[in-house]
Amino acid sequence: MTTAATSSVSEGSGETDSPYALSHLDALESEAVHIFREVAGEFEKPVILFSGGKDSIVMLHLALKAFAPAPVPFSLLHVDTGHNFPEVIDYRDRAVERHGLRLHVASVQDYIDAGKLKERPDGTRNPLQTVPLTEKIQSERFDAVFGGGRRDEEKARAKERVFSLRDEFSQWDPRRQRPELWQLYNGRHAPGEHVRVFPLSNWTELDVWQYIARENIELPEIYYAHERPVFSRNGMWLTAGDWGGPKDSETVETRLIRYRTVGDMSCTGAVDSDATTIEKVIAEIAASRLTERGATRADDKMSEAAMEDRKREGYF
Amino acid sequence: MSTTPAVEELAGLSATTLLRFATAGSVDDGKSTLVGRLLHDSKSVLVDQLEAVEHASRSRGAAEPDLALLTDGLRAEREQGITIDVAYRYFATPRRRFILADTPGHVQYTRNMVTGASTADLAVVLVDARNGVIEQTRRHAAVAALLRVPHVVLAVNKMDLVGYEESVFARIAEEFTAYAGELGVPEITAIPISALAGDNVVEPSANMDWYGGPTVLEHLETVPVSHDLTSCHARLPVQYVIRPQTAEHPDYRGYAGQIAAGTFRVGESVTVLPSGRTSKVAGIDLLGTPVDVAWTPQSVTLLLEDDIDVSRGDLIVPSHDAPATSQDVEATVCHVADTPLTVGQRVLLKHTTRTVKAIVKEIPSRLTLDDLSQHPSPGQLVANDIGRVKVRLAEALAIDTYADSRRTGSFLLIDPADGTTLAAGMAGESFATAEATKSVEDEDGWDF
Repeated sequence: MTTAATSSVSEGSGETDSPYALSHLDALESEAVHIFREVAGEFEKPVILFSGGKDSIVMLHLALKAFAPAPVPFSLLHVDTGHNFPEVIDYRDRAVERHGLRLHVASVQDYIDAGKLKERPDGTRNPLQTVPLTEKIQSERFDAVFGGGRRDEEKARAKERVFSLRDEFSQWDPRRQRPELWQLYNGRHAPGEHVRVFPLSNWTELDVWQYIARENIELPEIYYAHERPVFSRNGMWLTAGDWGGPKDSETVETRLIRYRTVGDMSCTGAVDSDATTIEKVIAEIAASRLTERGATRADDKMSEAAMEDRKREGYF
Repeated sequence: MSTTPAVEELAGLSATTLLRFATAGSVDDGKSTLVGRLLHDSKSVLVDQLEAVEHASRSRGAAEPDLALLTDGLRAEREQGITIDVAYRYFATPRRRFILADTPGHVQYTRNMVTGASTADLAVVLVDARNGVIEQTRRHAAVAALLRVPHVVLAVNKMDLVGYEESVFARIAEEFTAYAGELGVPEITAIPISALAGDNVVEPSANMDWYGGPTVLEHLETVPVSHDLTSCHARLPVQYVIRPQTAEHPDYRGYAGQIAAGTFRVGESVTVLPSGRTSKVAGIDLLGTPVDVAWTPQSVTLLLEDDIDVSRGDLIVPSHDAPATSQDVEATVCHVADTPLTVGQRVLLKHTTRTVKAIVKEIPSRLTLDDLSQHPSPGQLVANDIGRVKVRLAEALAIDTYADSRRTGSFLLIDPADGTTLAAGMAGESFATAEATKSVEDEDGWDF
C-alpha cells in the first residue's frame, strides 16, 4: 500500500466544510437551546440558578431566545451568600425586572442568623451555599435546576452529564451516572429527586466570551478593567469589605483589575488587567496561561478533590 | 500581551467549526499520552493544571508528572489509576474547536465507548505498533461501525519502539482497513505516531519521512464535519409548542425543535406524525430571526399555515418523504445497565421527543464483537452486551433506520420503575454491510 495510507470511499479530507456546517458558536447555541426546550417539555417546575455571573447571564439569554416570542417559562433562583458584589446584585434585579421574571432567593445570611449554619474561620461562604440551595429546591419542589457549570472548568466537572440526576439529598454520585447517548436526555426521576441541567456543558470560557461579544450581551461592570481597592491573600487580589478583609497584616492598595468569575467576595479573586472592552477581554483570555478557576478561586484549592466533594454534597 | 496570529484568530470572531471526536484504545496503548499531547501541544493545558498534576504526582512519590492525572477527574479514578467514566475535553486551534469524548479503554466499559461514539463525528482507534491489531482493536472498530461514526482514524502508536519501520505500519494499516472496511466504516485514515516522542501527533515526524499523510491534529482540523444534507430525509421532532398569547403575539403558535436531519424550507408541504395531518411551512424562526431555509442541527421554530393539532412528541416531515409508522421495532441495542434486559420485560422507549410504553418481545441474538459472531436466543442481555432485540410499542412511532439517521434512528430503553437507562438502541440493520453470520457455541461466556 502507499505511504499515505488513506483509504477513502467518501470525499476524503476536504479543505473546506460543506455550506451546511455550523460555526462552533451556532452549534453550541443550538445544542443549549435544545436542552432548555427539553426541560420545558418534560419537567413540572424547573428553575434557573442565577448568580449575575457571566455563565448564568448567557443561560438566561439562551432561554430568552429558546422561547421567543413567549416569555421564559422558568423562574430564577439566586443563592445569596451575603457577600455579593453590589454591581452584581444590581444587575440581577434589573434583569428580573426587564424580563418580567420571578426571582427566588436562598440566603446564607438567614441560615447563619437562625443558627442553622456557622461562619467558617476563614470567612469563606462559598461552601455554605449547599444547604440553603438544596433546602430551597426541596421546599419549592423544583424538579429541574439549570446550572451554568461548564466541563472545561474543572476535572470533576469534566465528568458531569448534561442531565445529572440528584437524589432526595441532592447528592451527586459520579459512579452511578446515567450514560448519556446521542441527544436523548433521560430526565426521569422519583418524587423528591431532581435533575441538575447544564446547558453550557460543552462551552469553554472563550466560547462564553465570544458569544457575549457576538450577541452583544450586557454584563456587570466588574468583568471589565476598573480601579478598585484590593488586598493580597494567598496570592489573589480580594476586594476589601466588611465580610472579613483585610486583616492586620494585609494592606489595601488600589489596582487596575477585573474579574474572570463572579462569586462570593471572600473567595473570588481579581486579576490584574487593562481590558476595558470585550475585545480586549477575549484577547486576554486567549493569551492567559491560567485557567479561570485557577486564577480566581480559593475554594478549589482546598484539596485535590474539592470540587468533586462539594458536588457530591449537592453543590452545583 | 501576545499578538501572534494564532491568538489573534482565536481571539477574533471567525466562524470556526466544531468537531466532536472520541478516542478508544486499550489500557496500555498510550491513549492518555496521546490525549495529553493533543491538549498540551495545542496549549490547552494551562500552568495551574500542570502545577496541580506535578503536586499530586509528587505527593504520590512519583518522580515524573503523571499526565493521566490531567484526565482522570474522579477520586476513585486517581486512586485506582484507571479511567472509569467518559470525560469530555475541550481544545481549540485557529482552524477548529474540538470536543473530545475521552472514553475508557478497559474492556468492561464498552458502554462508555458507545456513549462517546454516539455523538462523535470521528473516532481515533489506538493500537500499539508492537502488538498490531488485537481483539480490543476489532471491538473498537466494531463499535465505531455499529454507531456509524463517519470517520475513523487508526493511530498506530509507539512507532519509536519498532524502529519507525514502514513495513510494520503498512501491515497493521492494511489489516485494520480490511477489517473495518468489511464492517462498513466509510472512511479510514491510518497514521503512524509516537505519542510519547511527539511524532505525527501535532508536528510531522522527522523519523518517518516515508509517511506522506497528515498528522493527527492536521487530520482533525480538516476532516469535513457535515455532509450534503439535501439528500437526507428531513425530520423535526416537536419539543415544545410556543404560544405567547400576549397582546403583541395573540395568534403565534410555533413548533419548537432541533432539526434532526435534512433541511426545511418555507412553503414546503409537511405532514405531522403520527396523526398524518398536513399543512405548509408558513415561516421558520431561527431563534428570533425569520429564515427561508434551515437545516440540522439548528434549533428552530416552525410556523404552519393551518391551525392543526401538533404537540410535543410529534414529528414534522416533508409530505413527499414521510416515513412509515409502526408498533414493532427491530434494532441492535447496547445494554448499558447493571441489571439484565430480558424477554417479556416492560420498558419505556424514548425516541426523539416521545416516550412510549414498550415490551421486549424477543432477543434473537447476541453479538460477539471480537469475531462478529451471533449467538442465537441468549434470553437476556447483560451490561455491555450488544444484541438484536424486537420491541412492541404501545403506540406507533416513525422510527427511521439508524443507517439513514443517527438521530431519528436511535432510541433509549428506560426502566419504568426507577428511570434507569437500560439500553441504547439503533433501529434497522446493525452494520453498513452484510454482517458475519457465523454461529459458534457460547463456550467462554461474555468477557466485556
